[in-house]
Amino acid sequence: MREITYAQAINEALREEMKRDQRVITLGEDIGGIGGNFGVTKGLQEEFGSQRVRDTPISEDAIVGLSLGAALVGMRPVAEIMFSTFLGCCMEEIVNQVTAIRYMSGGQCTIPMVIRTANSLGRSGAAQHSGRAEALIMHIPGIKVVIPATPYDAKGLLKTAIRDPNPVIFFEHAMAYYGVKGEVPEEEYTIPFGVADVKRQGKDLTIVAYSLMVRKALEAAEILAKDGINVEVIDPRTLVPLDMDTIIKSVKKTHRVIVASEECETAGVCAEISYRIVEAAFDELDAPIQRVATADVPVPFSPPLEKYMMAKTEDIVKAAKKLMA
Amino acid sequence: MTLDKNKHADFYKSMLRIRRFEETAIEAFSAGKIPGFIHSYIGEEAIASGVCGALEPGDLITGTHRGHGHCLAKGMRMDRMMAELYGKATGYNKGKGGSMHISDFSCGVLGCNGIVAGGIGLATGAAWGNQLQGNSRVVACFFGDGAMNRGSFHEAVNMASIWSLPVVYVVEANGWGISFSTRNAINLVDLSERAKAYGIPGVSVDGYDVMAVYEAAKAAIERARRGEGPSMVVCNAPRMRGHEEGDPQTYRPKDDIDKAKKNDPIKRYSEFLVAQSILSKDELKAIKQQVEEEVAQAIKFADESPYPNPEEALQDLFVEEK
Repeated sequence: MREITYAQAINEALREEMKRDQRVITLGEDIGGIGGNFGVTKGLQEEFGSQRVRDTPISEDAIVGLSLGAALVGMRPVAEIMFSTFLGCCMEEIVNQVTAIRYMSGGQCTIPMVIRTANSLGRSGAAQHSGRAEALIMHIPGIKVVIPATPYDAKGLLKTAIRDPNPVIFFEHAMAYYGVKGEVPEEEYTIPFGVADVKRQGKDLTIVAYSLMVRKALEAAEILAKDGINVEVIDPRTLVPLDMDTIIKSVKKTHRVIVASEECETAGVCAEISYRIVEAAFDELDAPIQRVATADVPVPFSPPLEKYMMAKTEDIVKAAKKLMA
Repeated sequence: MTLDKNKHADFYKSMLRIRRFEETAIEAFSAGKIPGFIHSYIGEEAIASGVCGALEPGDLITGTHRGHGHCLAKGMRMDRMMAELYGKATGYNKGKGGSMHISDFSCGVLGCNGIVAGGIGLATGAAWGNQLQGNSRVVACFFGDGAMNRGSFHEAVNMASIWSLPVVYVVEANGWGISFSTRNAINLVDLSERAKAYGIPGVSVDGYDVMAVYEAAKAAIERARRGEGPSMVVCNAPRMRGHEEGDPQTYRPKDDIDKAKKNDPIKRYSEFLVAQSILSKDELKAIKQQVEEEVAQAIKFADESPYPNPEEALQDLFVEEK
């Protein structure tokens, strides 16, 4: 099967959905003329024109606000927020408008819109360009949270996101755009939300990881295999809805769990998943759940500083050895 | 502008519907029947009535926390609105929105909005959607003078301007943001000057004068419908009551309140109609009677309607998957 980059997979999903449905439009900063800051939307404006692929001023609040309004009158906007740190500039629209309007209306309307944005830890972006914002959004009722690790998942899940009648936030990863390649079939497919993917089968230990942490979990699994520890890696792929069944099934097999994320440690995705494991399968656990996350500080600039505070492959290995001791 | 008798009768009825709805809601609120809070539209009736009087049935609006008037002027029913204020199951939003968030998408009301400037982005986006669909719908976006200092206002109005979107920004300048005078919040005497910064037409009118509002709104709406882009209509209408019911307005000079009350837009308009022999006293009385019946029916409906089942609190978040 052909291999393409993560960026290319997202580009293909957008192109296919825009071809399939005239209502699909996309807007954001620099997405047209230069194909986006990361080149993800390259060629789309040439193919679909500047009305459907719309360059915007630097106005994140209006990008999301206008997407909401367009969705309310039957369009299917895909908004690009360049870095997930910039969600701070449009949080009002997400917290009080996009996620609240349907519920407040008593279900009168549908809001089929997608916000694409990029987490970007690990490229010396410092605090304002090294986003890790999924827990912030996961905390808001009324929006689905999608966070793919591979090109295959990114393409199939973005197509599902665009077809979903609800608000969806789609977290990409800047380090994955050209750093992650993978097999993607030529023929069309979609991936349903709320279905975790077992990225590696194992029997001794479960690592729940998503986004770029999947790659680190798989690297850790290879290292641990040399010590005879057989690791299972589960990628939930969507955080809302969250497929706990697949995770619990794995926990019942391995009885030991690490939850890994690039998020801050405090009040993050790891905490939520850990609680749900404890709630559903406390008696199955042979040891306390281990959390591998990123330190509770703004992301520093200098490479040694950033590397120190980030969740790394060796942190997962260390946590695994603690669990197996 | 010469208007026919029916148009005048419609304006009068629209303004009176709003006034009597608000007065009745305030009574019900004081009696403890309405939870939360009420920001009354009293004194601003001419604005929603004049603007909505210039809209076509398919056009859309967004309202504010002070939004009952917008809903009524656009044609929403009093009974289901009152039921929503009560938090009853028969309310427009099934009791999930309340006073500040009433909406009726079938009537073109994309929602009142409890966040100051909160409706501006979505109103502008609805106009963008209309433009892309090639229909001739216009969006009227209501907000107060307080909203003009929010970043959302700036970003959305600029976007509407560069994309020539069919939206009309209606500023209800009541002079106050709770206790903070607009004089201290914006360093302009004429707020419509702000429009210049966005390269769009802006005009200021007497927001107590329904005919002046109608005339300005009509020009802006027609311009938007022709595809010539957005406009701003500033309607100056000093706040006649407190920010919300129960606000003693200790921060406000008494003569400022008295002056506003003396200029009561409905009193002024009804005197004008009779003096100009456009409508007789009897004709006004007949309209009053219709409105009284509608209000009485609305209160009865809200009183008698059931509360929603508590477990409905967990419904309507996502569209159910097929």
